[in-house]
This record gives sequence, C-alpha cells and structure tokens, in this order.
Amino acid sequence: MAQIKNRLTPFFENITFDREDNEMVLNFGPQHPSSHGQLRLMLHLQQEQIVKAHPDVGYLHRGMEKMAENMIYNEFMPTTDRMDYIASSSNNYGFALAVEKLVGLEVPRRAKVIRMMILEINRLMSHLFWLATTALDIGAMTVFLYAFREREYLMDIMEGYCGARLTHSAIRIGGVPLDIQDTFISQLKDFLDKLPANIKDYEDLLDTNRIWLMRMEEVGTISTEMALSWACTGPMLRASGVAWDIRKEEPYELYDEVEFNVPYSDKGDNFARYRIYMEEMRESAKILYQCIDMYDDCVKNNQTELMAHSPKYVSAPKLDIMTQNYSLMQHFVLVTQGMRPPVGEVYVATESPKGELGFYINSQGGPYPYRLKLRGPSFWHTGILTDLLPGHYIPDVVSIIGTTNIVFGEVDR
Amino acid sequence: MRAYKPKDNVQKKPYYTDRFHKVPHVPKEAVESDEVFAADLEAIKAKFEVLDAYIQVGQMVVFVKPEDNYSVLELMRDELEYTQLSEMSAVDFLAQSNSFEIFYQMLSMNKVKRIRVKMTISKGDSINSVEPLFRSADWAEREMYDMFGIQANGHPFMKRILMPYDWHDHPLLKTYPLQGDEAASWYEVDKIYGKEARDIIGPELRDTAKVDRYDSNRFARLGFEVPKGTEITGNEPEITQEYQEDGGVFLIKKFDRESSKVIDDPQR
Repeated sequence: MAQIKNRLTPFFENITFDREDNEMVLNFGPQHPSSHGQLRLMLHLQQEQIVKAHPDVGYLHRGMEKMAENMIYNEFMPTTDRMDYIASSSNNYGFALAVEKLVGLEVPRRAKVIRMMILEINRLMSHLFWLATTALDIGAMTVFLYAFREREYLMDIMEGYCGARLTHSAIRIGGVPLDIQDTFISQLKDFLDKLPANIKDYEDLLDTNRIWLMRMEEVGTISTEMALSWACTGPMLRASGVAWDIRKEEPYELYDEVEFNVPYSDKGDNFARYRIYMEEMRESAKILYQCIDMYDDCVKNNQTELMAHSPKYVSAPKLDIMTQNYSLMQHFVLVTQGMRPPVGEVYVATESPKGELGFYINSQGGPYPYRLKLRGPSFWHTGILTDLLPGHYIPDVVSIIGTTNIVFGEVDR
Repeated sequence: MRAYKPKDNVQKKPYYTDRFHKVPHVPKEAVESDEVFAADLEAIKAKFEVLDAYIQVGQMVVFVKPEDNYSVLELMRDELEYTQLSEMSAVDFLAQSNSFEIFYQMLSMNKVKRIRVKMTISKGDSINSVEPLFRSADWAEREMYDMFGIQANGHPFMKRILMPYDWHDHPLLKTYPLQGDEAASWYEVDKIYGKEARDIIGPELRDTAKVDRYDSNRFARLGFEVPKGTEITGNEPEITQEYQEDGGVFLIKKFDRESSKVIDDPQR
C-alpha cells in the first residue's frame, strides 16, 4: 500500500508557557505511570501549585452499556470482568445480584458462602494491589514487591478455582458454577495465618516512615460534605468521617451473619485512607475465617446445591441436562434465546473494594436489558479531583491519585 | 421486496419469541407498606405534584414533573436527609413515546433508604442541572449529555466526557447501531489522514468479530498461511511453524519435531 502522509502533529510540547497571566498548563498523562491507567489531567499551575485541575477521561471507553443492550444477560457476565479488573469477581457479583433481585432468585446457602469467600479474596487482592502501586508511586519499592508477592498467593487460589487470574467470571446469575477445589480451604487458611504478619511488615515499613508521612499526612483532605456531595463511597467516604459500609447497612449474601468492624476516620487525608485500607484487610481476613467455618457447616449438613432452582431463568445442573429431556430443552432455550426477566427496573448497590458498585437494570421483558447503567465508584472518585487538587503541589497529585484508588476500566466502562 | 426494518430502534432483537409467552412484571408495592417511604412521599406531595409512586424491589420510585427536578432534590437533600446522589442517567423511550425517562438515584445514609426520582421529558427538551446541589451531578449530567444528547441547563461545563469532543451523534440512543454509524467508521481516517485519503484506506472495520472468509490476511488459515491477496485454491502447501530461532538459544535445547511423540490414543 502506498504511504499516506498523516496529519498528526508531534506532541512533545507537554507544557504551555505563553500565557499572559503567568499560568502554566501541564498535561499530566494519559500515559503517566502514576495515572493508574488512562487518566489525563490538565493542570493549571502557578509555580508548583495547582490552581485548576481538569480530569479528562474516556480513553478506555468501550461502551459496555451499549454492549449490554445487545447481549443476553449471561453473555454480559464476562464483560463485567473488564470494569474493575483488579477485583473482577466483585463486578460479576454486582451484576449477578442485580439480575437475581430483578427476577427474584433465591441462591443456595453453599453458593452464598463460596461467593462471599470469592468476594473477600477479591477485596484483599484489590487492597494489596492498591498498597503496592501507591507505595511504588511514592517510591517505596520494597512494599510493592512484598504486597505483590502476597497478592500472587491469592491469585493462585483464584486461578485454582476458576482458571483465570484477573478476569475471573467466577460467579453466575443464580449461584456459582463450581464447588471450590480440595486445596482451596487449606491454601486460604495458610495465607490467612500468614497475613497478619505481612500486614505488620507493611506497617513497620510505612507507618513511621518519614517520607511516607510527609507525602500522606494532611495531603488531599476531603471534608465530609465534599465526599457526600461528590457521591464518594467505600474507603474514600469512610476516611472522611462517615462509617457507611453497604455490607453492614444493607447486608446482602450472609454478611449479616458474620462479625466484622467498619473502620473509619474523620481525618479525610491520604494517610487516613491508607490506614483504612490496612484495617479493611484485617477485617476481610476475619470474614474469611468465618466463611471457612460456614463452608464446613454446609459440608456437614450436606447442602450441596450451587445454583438456584428456577427452570425459567437458570439452567439445570449438568447431570440433569445430560440425562433429562426437559432440562436439555430448557438449557437450549436459555443459551440460544436467553432468560427473559419480568418488566421492571432495579438498582442494586454492592460494596466493591473501591466503593459502591451499582447496577441499574431496566428490563422491558425481553432477553436483552433495555437499559443497563453501571455505576463504578471510581467515576466519582476521579471527578472529585477537580475540587481536590487545586491548592496542592505537583508531587501531591501522584499521592492523591494513588489513594483515590481509581481504576479506569470502571471510570470509562 | 426487502423486509422493513424499523429505524427508531436498531438494537438487537430476539430472533424468536414464543407465541404464548406472557410477559410478567416485577411486583409493585404500595408506598404505605413502608413507614419511612410513606412519610417521605407525604413531604414531597405537600409541595410538588407527584404523578406516580410505588415501591419496587425495596426502593421507592417517585415520578415528578421534569421542571420540579431541582426543587424536589433540594427538598430531599435538606429536609429528608437524602444526602447523596448516587447515580443519574436517562432511558431512551423515543421509539415508544418520543420521550426520555430520567432517573435520579438518591441515598439516605441515616435512614438507610434509597429513592429513585423519575421524570419524563420529550425529545429535544432539556432539564435543570442539579449540579449546584450535588457536585456528583457535574460528571453524571455530562455523561448523560454525551450518551443521549440531553442538555442540563445551568451546568458549568456541558461538554462530552467519554466520547471525543467532535464525535457525531450520541451512542446510547436506540437509533445508534452497536458498531457505530457511518460517521464513526470514517472518524479516525478523516482525523489522521484527511478526507482525501478515504478512497485509499477505506472505512474502519468496527465489528472486530466479523470474519471475511476471502481475506487471507485476517482469516486464520493455521498451518496453511498464504500472502495477502493470494487466490485460495485449497491446494496450499503446509507451512510448519517454527517456534525457536534457527541458531538456537543459549541453554535451551532445540525442540526436535522428528523425535517427539504424538499421543493419539485417547485411552492412553
């Protein structure tokens, strides 16, 4: 093919100097390593200080809401993996729960316990990843290596369960596809027994570290009003003085049966957020221990069902499909045409590691959702940078982006 | 004659629907069944006209008039303790009733309750921005404008947020096809090379799953690859794929195809 001259102008001038008011415009990202994906910030600077920040998102927009309108409900499940790809099972779960609420499915207890274990493992994975990358952004290379090592154990457990390390698709509408493997519990116990010592290692490295404290304390302070107004949720809100955890307040699955605390702080700065992530890891470990006991009870009581029984919406177990005519027919219809939920709408919020993950589904009775709105918490946690960054200095931008824990799969969807 | 395809909704349609399929509905409960919601609804009814209200899947849905959106949300925030706007967006009902449904998902952390305030606006109408009440509406309204083209009056920066600023049309409309429209397929060609290069380059392939069986470049002819543009006759020679460099690699033993054993007994 003939060479065609392109019209792209070289983009090496990242900085604009020629302004009358002595203000400098700095393009931060979208390829900056600390922008956690594809965040572009246009920063107006007076000397080193930011006077105006304009986050520009959309570089990872894949049109998931549009895709959902052209897919049957089960088909959409792997797409949800690509939202918050650091903890993909929590997206699977949010979507599955929304559809279950819409059609009114009752999930068997054993499946609920397995789901809770998967969710908490994902929370730990996400928090460890957060700690690793934020510490790396700030220059603490050791913590990065330690935290990634621990995360790797969890990824191995998840890989043993579902075969994937990042995009799990480990949860189905109506339950879970498989029982956990034989080594799951023993590996998880080994990990959990080791975790407190690991968290203590991180804290020993960071809590009294002079550089860490200087970068974290009194930086990026979000007031309660600002957090509420910007619809912050999860650790971002809890660090700003509101002890709101959906697992506690609007319990789903079996979260009302387990004991755990909701750590919160009224400081609102980067350091408060860091402390909350550390404490939440401990709480997740607590929940996981209780889940292991609950799973053992399920085994003892011979509760073996993993998928809800609802022939209209959920395929029968594989054994039935292979042996019984009606189950096979039902499965065929569900795979080729898809389930048809009733007409209605539902908004279901779950506590993902980043905050409130909401799925709004508007069903008109067809096999495809009429409208699906994905509420990724990171979208608003990115928006708040508009108000949060002015007044800070350029190095603070990196640590603030770090502690907001934004993931662009979820912002741009 | 070609079959008529409706232009107002080009989304995927179910290819088969049982003649006897009866569409069920998610049950709606009366607002009186929940004390907190009943009190909230009374407070809203005292000042504004409520067109419809019910409880669905544990959350109250209130239909109000679109011009009241700002004042209803203000009342809910200041007097009814609904301090967070979790989400807002629109649903496209242009094909059915030439209107959009807009919803505001409100959360009260003190009462642990969620209310969805909904309103219907006609095509081309705009709504009042609630950005002065909730900063979260800043980005939410921009996204709604980007996806549906619904303007929010009084918004400080009513620009696209996810799509490029010069994108044509609003992607979440039901009239917008999944793979993008004509303008979308030329967007990058025009931008990078200019309109005059359209003939040379051709439109962008926006359905990446599409397989052209005559395209010997993209279509996977594993083991029988041919150069691009070659006529496929079916008698192509087999090309054995070599996975290692010819000279070999330090410390790595060269894989010998001849001495390897192929396990072809399924009962092994």
